[in-house]
Amino acid sequence: MNSVASFTVPSVTHAAVNAGDLTDKVTIRNLDFFYGDNRALKDINVSLYNGKVTAFIGPSGCGKSTLLRVLNRMYDLYPNQRATGDVSLDNENILDPAQDLNLLRAKVGMVFQKPTPFPMTIYENIAFGIRLYEKLPKSELDGRVQRALERAALWNEVKDKLGANGQSLSGGQQQRLCIARTVAVRPEVILLDEPCSALDPISTAKIEELIDELKEDYTLVIVTHNMQQAARVSDYTAFMYLGELVEFGETAKIFTKPDDRRTQDYITGRFG
Amino acid sequence: MALISGANSPLYAKRRRKNVITMALAFAATALGLTWLVLVLAVLLWNGVGGLSLAVFTEMTPPPGAAGGLLNPIVGSLMMTVVAVVIGTPLGILAGTYLAEYGRYDKLSSVVRFINDILLSAPSIVIGLFVYEVMVASLGHFSGWAGAVALAVIVVPVVVRTTEDMLTLVPDTLREAAASIGLPRSLMIRHVAYKAARAGMITGVLLAIARISGETAPLLFTALNNQFWSLDMAAPMASLPVVIFQFALSPYKDWQELAWTGALIITLAVLALSIVARFLGAQSKTS
Repeated sequence: MNSVASFTVPSVTHAAVNAGDLTDKVTIRNLDFFYGDNRALKDINVSLYNGKVTAFIGPSGCGKSTLLRVLNRMYDLYPNQRATGDVSLDNENILDPAQDLNLLRAKVGMVFQKPTPFPMTIYENIAFGIRLYEKLPKSELDGRVQRALERAALWNEVKDKLGANGQSLSGGQQQRLCIARTVAVRPEVILLDEPCSALDPISTAKIEELIDELKEDYTLVIVTHNMQQAARVSDYTAFMYLGELVEFGETAKIFTKPDDRRTQDYITGRFG
Repeated sequence: MALISGANSPLYAKRRRKNVITMALAFAATALGLTWLVLVLAVLLWNGVGGLSLAVFTEMTPPPGAAGGLLNPIVGSLMMTVVAVVIGTPLGILAGTYLAEYGRYDKLSSVVRFINDILLSAPSIVIGLFVYEVMVASLGHFSGWAGAVALAVIVVPVVVRTTEDMLTLVPDTLREAAASIGLPRSLMIRHVAYKAARAGMITGVLLAIARISGETAPLLFTALNNQFWSLDMAAPMASLPVVIFQFALSPYKDWQELAWTGALIITLAVLALSIVARFLGAQSKTS
C-alpha cells in the first residue's frame, strides 16, 4: 500500500483556492443510484470545480466508482442500473433520458483501471476517436495524433513505431495511450477510475505527473484506493462510505483536519 | 535423504494408490479412444492412397468397369459448400452478434440461444427432408441450390454459436473503453469487438465448413447426384459424400476403390481446415 509513497514523485502544490474563483463544471444534486433494488448511492450532493482535480476516496464498495460511472452514464450499457436526481454538466442535466450519450461521452472522457487499448495500431487507437467527430486531411490528423501522444507523454517512446499494435506496449505505456486516446477527442472532463492500480511505481509516477499537467486544460475526477495518491494529485477530495458522501473539501483539509470522525478513521488507516 | 514426515502414513499411501488407479484409467480411456481413430485413418490411407492419381482430379465419375475420376463430385462439393458458406456465414455472424452484443440481456436471446442449440444438434437428415419439402418437392426437381441451402442450414447454428462465444470473450472493459470516447455501438462492434474476436470467428466458419464437407444425408434429398459434368446449380449435382455413399455400396470393385479415394480426399481436406483453424485459434490467444 505504501510502496508508492516511498517513491520520488512530482510534488503537487495545493494552491490556496479562493472560493470566488471556483465555478461548477459538474453539479450533482440529490443523486441516488440503484443496482436493481440495491441503493448504492444515497443522496449525493457535490460540485466538481472547473479546472480542478477531485479525488473520490473510500473503502471498497463505498460507491466511488459507481459515482464516477454516473458522470458519463457508463452504467447505461447495462440493464437494471439507474440513477435518479440531478447531475448537470455546464447546467445541462445529463441524466435526461433524451441526452445523447455519445456526445456526452465525447465531452466526458474516461480512463479505466486496466489499460484498454483497442486491438489496432498505436496510430489508429488515437486517430479512430478523432475521425468520429471530425473529417481532417491526413497531415492535420497526423498532427492531432502527435499532439495527443505528446500530451500523454508517450510520443517519444512510440514515434518510431506508430504502426505497432497498441496492445504490444507495456502496461504503463498502454495506460498513457488510453489517456492520449481520451485527450484526442477533446473532452472537457476526464474521469480516471483507479488509473494506476495495475501499474508499477515508475509508471504510476508518470501518470500522476500527467494528471498534474492535464488539469490546466481539463476538469479531472480520479477514483483511487491509494490515499497518498489522492493527497498528491487532487485539489479536492470527497470521502465516501457505504454509498454516502461523508465529507468533501480541499484535499489539504481532508487529510489534515477532517470534520467527520469516519473520515479521520479512514485516512489514519483505522478501517478500510 | 530422509523422507518428508508423513510420506508413509496409511492415509497418504491410500491416496497415492487412488491416484495411480485414476491415472491408469484415464490413460486407458484415452488409448482406447485414440486407437479407433488411428485405425480408421490407417484403413482409409491403406485403401485410398493407391487410387490417388491425376485422373481422380481430371476425369468424371465412370460407369462400372471403366476408368474415371471424381472431378464432377469434387467440383460439385466445392460449389455447394461455397454457396452454403456465402449464405450461412453472414446470417450466423449477424445472429451471433445480436446474441452477444445487442440482445445479451434480452429474454428473446435465451429463446434464440435454446433453439439454436437444438438446431446445432439436429440430425442432418431432418434438415435434408425439410429442404426437400421446401425446395425440391415444390419445384419438382433436385438441384444444387437445394443442396447448398440444406448445407447452409447446418452452417448457421455453428457460426451463431462460435460468433457469440468469441464475442462474449471480448472483455466488457473494451466495450466500455469504446463507449467512453463516444463510439456508437454499431461502430464499436465493427471496429473493436470484431477485431478482437476475429481469429475465433474465422475458426468457427472453418469448423462449419469442415462439418458440412462430409454431410451426406441432406444432399441425398436435395442435390441428389449427377454422373456427368455439370456446373448448373439448378440441376441435380454430384458431391463427394453422395458419390462415396453410392460407390461404396455398389458391387463393383473399381467404384469401391474410387469411394475409398474420395473418402481420403474429404478427410485430408477437413484435416487441413482443422489445422488452419487451430493455427488461427492459437494466434488469437497470443496476440
